[in-house]
Amino acid sequence: MIFETVIGVEVHAQLRTNSKMFCGCGTTFGMPANSLTCPVCLGLPGSLPVINRTAVEMAVRAGLALNCRIAANNRFARKNYFYPDLPKGYQISQYESPICQHGWIEIRDGGGTKRIRIRRAHLEEDAGKNVHETGTSGSRVDLNRAGTPLLEIVTEPDMQSADEVVAYLKGLRDILMYLDVCDGNMEEGSFRCEPNLSLRPSGQQEFGTKVELKNINSFKYVKDAVDYEIKRQTRVLNEGGKIRQETRLWNIERGETAVMRSKEEAHDYRYFPDPDLVPLRLDEEWIEGFRASQPELPTVRTKRFVSDYGLPEYDATILTTSKGMADYFESSVKLFNHPKAVSNWVMGELTRELNNSGTDISASPVTPERLVSIMRMVDKGTISLKVAREIFPELYSSGKTPEQIVQEKGLTQVSDEGALAKVIEEVLSKNPGQVAQFKEGKQQVLGFLVGQVMKASGGKANPGKVNELLKKKLG
Amino acid sequence: MSLHKLTLLELQKQFKAGEVTATEIVRAYFLRISHVEPKVKAFVTQVKESAFMEADVLDRKLREWRKTKPLTGMPLAIKDNICTDGVHTTCSSRMLQNFVPPYDATVIAKLRAQEYILLGKTNLDEFAMGSSTENSAFGPSRNPWNLHCVPGGSSGGSAAAVAAEECVAALGSDTGGSIRQPAAFCGVVGLKPTYGRVSRYGLVAFASSLDQIGPITRDVSDAAFLLQAIAGHDALDSTSIDRSVPDYMKALQKRDLKGLKIGVPVEFFTEGLDPEVEQAVRAAIEELKNLGADIKEIRLPRTDAAVAVYYVIATAEASSNLARFDGVKFGFRAKETKDLLELYMKTRQEGFGPEVKRRIMLGTYVLSAGYYEAYYGKAQAVRTLVCQDFDAAFSEVDLIVTPATPTPAFKLGEKSEDPLQMYLSDIFTISVNLAGLPAIALPCGFSKEGLPIGLQLIGRAFEEETMLRAAHAYEQSTQWHLKKPMIR
Repeated sequence: MIFETVIGVEVHAQLRTNSKMFCGCGTTFGMPANSLTCPVCLGLPGSLPVINRTAVEMAVRAGLALNCRIAANNRFARKNYFYPDLPKGYQISQYESPICQHGWIEIRDGGGTKRIRIRRAHLEEDAGKNVHETGTSGSRVDLNRAGTPLLEIVTEPDMQSADEVVAYLKGLRDILMYLDVCDGNMEEGSFRCEPNLSLRPSGQQEFGTKVELKNINSFKYVKDAVDYEIKRQTRVLNEGGKIRQETRLWNIERGETAVMRSKEEAHDYRYFPDPDLVPLRLDEEWIEGFRASQPELPTVRTKRFVSDYGLPEYDATILTTSKGMADYFESSVKLFNHPKAVSNWVMGELTRELNNSGTDISASPVTPERLVSIMRMVDKGTISLKVAREIFPELYSSGKTPEQIVQEKGLTQVSDEGALAKVIEEVLSKNPGQVAQFKEGKQQVLGFLVGQVMKASGGKANPGKVNELLKKKLG
Repeated sequence: MSLHKLTLLELQKQFKAGEVTATEIVRAYFLRISHVEPKVKAFVTQVKESAFMEADVLDRKLREWRKTKPLTGMPLAIKDNICTDGVHTTCSSRMLQNFVPPYDATVIAKLRAQEYILLGKTNLDEFAMGSSTENSAFGPSRNPWNLHCVPGGSSGGSAAAVAAEECVAALGSDTGGSIRQPAAFCGVVGLKPTYGRVSRYGLVAFASSLDQIGPITRDVSDAAFLLQAIAGHDALDSTSIDRSVPDYMKALQKRDLKGLKIGVPVEFFTEGLDPEVEQAVRAAIEELKNLGADIKEIRLPRTDAAVAVYYVIATAEASSNLARFDGVKFGFRAKETKDLLELYMKTRQEGFGPEVKRRIMLGTYVLSAGYYEAYYGKAQAVRTLVCQDFDAAFSEVDLIVTPATPTPAFKLGEKSEDPLQMYLSDIFTISVNLAGLPAIALPCGFSKEGLPIGLQLIGRAFEEETMLRAAHAYEQSTQWHLKKPMIR
């Protein structure tokens, strides 16, 4: 039978606030266990939560970027369940009135675009972490993360394939990172995704039984896990079996999903409005202020890069993946109006060095000014493009100017006809066979001879000039 | 005259005049405690050593600086569900028997800033759930007027300690009458402020939308004075209200009640009301009239629904508030459990007493899928109606007067086997919490058996002043608050 896949996605995005959702504790990742805690996030008896204004602000800004309606009246609710990493025995979340509703984002779908609807996005606090150390008895609980603000973003079941899920997640992550409300780090868990997936016979209206996937911390695993699950469910259904409603964990080593809990074990969370927090009213003007100051979002910027700078769509897409990179590109172009050349440098040499050193582009030691100065040297013929590329790693790591490096290494390009004629003379005398071949009409040999001259000059010769002189000489 | 007989304001006056030192005060109180505490059992924890140390520091400071704060040297007792940094806070539960909070509740921080002296932590019904202190894991407190009777609850330890002169004043907490009912039973003054008037930060939550901390004192002036010390907005409690605190002492200056309209709700004077209580309260109403008040009959038609609504909402909130007591991070943990589920179950089985378990189960039930609307949803809707009753009444009158309790203090064990009977002893106080209003209980007579009878005055939200003014005028025109128990 032919099946149609139906996928919805839940994302937990950690908001980049300095302090936690309901107390003043810090949110830095990787601190000593339980060092970022206080009576509130430890859930000590008598402690009370206070809403973090910045977290609400970030949720509103994200909601606007996701084309959501922002709720004027917000209520926080308690989600009750027992787990050691949940200090109060309930999580403060939003239930009946999420802060953002009815939004959408556009993803690329083949040649065109497709709209993925966002059902809701709500604020909640994160839980801590249970730590199971090998060689020790029992488990430990680290509550540093407990109380960190999260925005849970839930789509409608609008996706049909692993590629669409990945495209959605990338698009969403780009937006959140653009807004600087989430650092998007999937490995550290600041951007966690849980696809839910069901199959139904093609043409059927009714949804099939849904399976939720967890433990997916990279885009590659998203694709692998969704593809695996589609295959698994197809096989089960084709063999006449039934899909059970359950949560399955992605096992990285085995490359398969396995049951974590079934629906029978599902909790009754007994949601009810948190009486410790009064209803939160958002002022219409306050919301509109954020709408007015919203930054240009990735998809819009991509289109503009194509139309304004004449960049290929591919370049424009890559450059606008992060706000930092797009900003870097635009500052560089302002200084040196050769968009495609700048794009090549940013996507090529610069990105390679940034990746190698694990540096964010905003902290790049090669500033747009530096990058442009090396490009100008190539443009003026002071150095060859080849040399420029070769010295880029040094430019990146040494902190010297390109002029300093070129001078120190004596890499200035040789265009002087007298100096070049001497080298050409030498090369021609060493390669009489090739000279003869050229004279017989074998034009390709010219390339070989140019190469020999370049080599003999230590790469410093101006290849255009060499070409010109060789032709004259042999002509 | 023995120091322990003085009211807070009298003691403060002597202290300020240099007639008595903080150390002498503390010595006098611990002497008193050593005499009566074995009978009354008001305290869970006494902090004699630190009290003497604090007194010594204050005395030295005073010799040098000659400057006092409103509560300098005043010896208070605090209900044991209010967190005190470094001092056990047990909630009279096995669950928190060894719990020492690393922080002060906001009210404690305020008292500390005003240089009070903590004498100890007082007994309560476990997690403030009860009306007699019989639900304490450490045994009941006794009513100083009759040691066979309960002091009321849940702030029974605080009320008994004040009545037995084991402290000059105390703090309690009131969720459904837990300050006013024991104050009435023990013949002292108990004030529940408007919801949001006093910070709840550091009060171990029973029912967050109802809980409020308040003073239990010898007389109305002391109550006004202590309320002044603890009232005000707190950034750490989102439900506290940012509204200036009036001068409560000033409100007491007016001695007559001319121009004041006081309502008498007919629903409070029906069957179940003890005739002696009715008689005393009617006489008190007559006295209010003599003082110039305009007495008016009013209706609060949803009064009969209040107890039911209360036991749905309070238990729902409690079931969630008490989830943190799971044996993982603090407090009691059951031994030798084989897995996580057993750790949770055994810890909670062994750590909580029967009434707490009963309420957690009830609360869990009313919030569960399929029952939420029928119970919790409905209760919230009726709560709104109860509030509307009060709104309507307060459009006609400035204050409402009622009995504080249907009967005087009952005997130990008399109701402990019948939770419903026990719940009904709060019938006159509960609706006030549902509406978030301020109310005060004060003595208005004695039964033939010599047990105190309490009058309740209910005010408009944030109009504690009017309530205090009437209570004070009534108190000054009667002698009830001057009568002291013979503890035997």
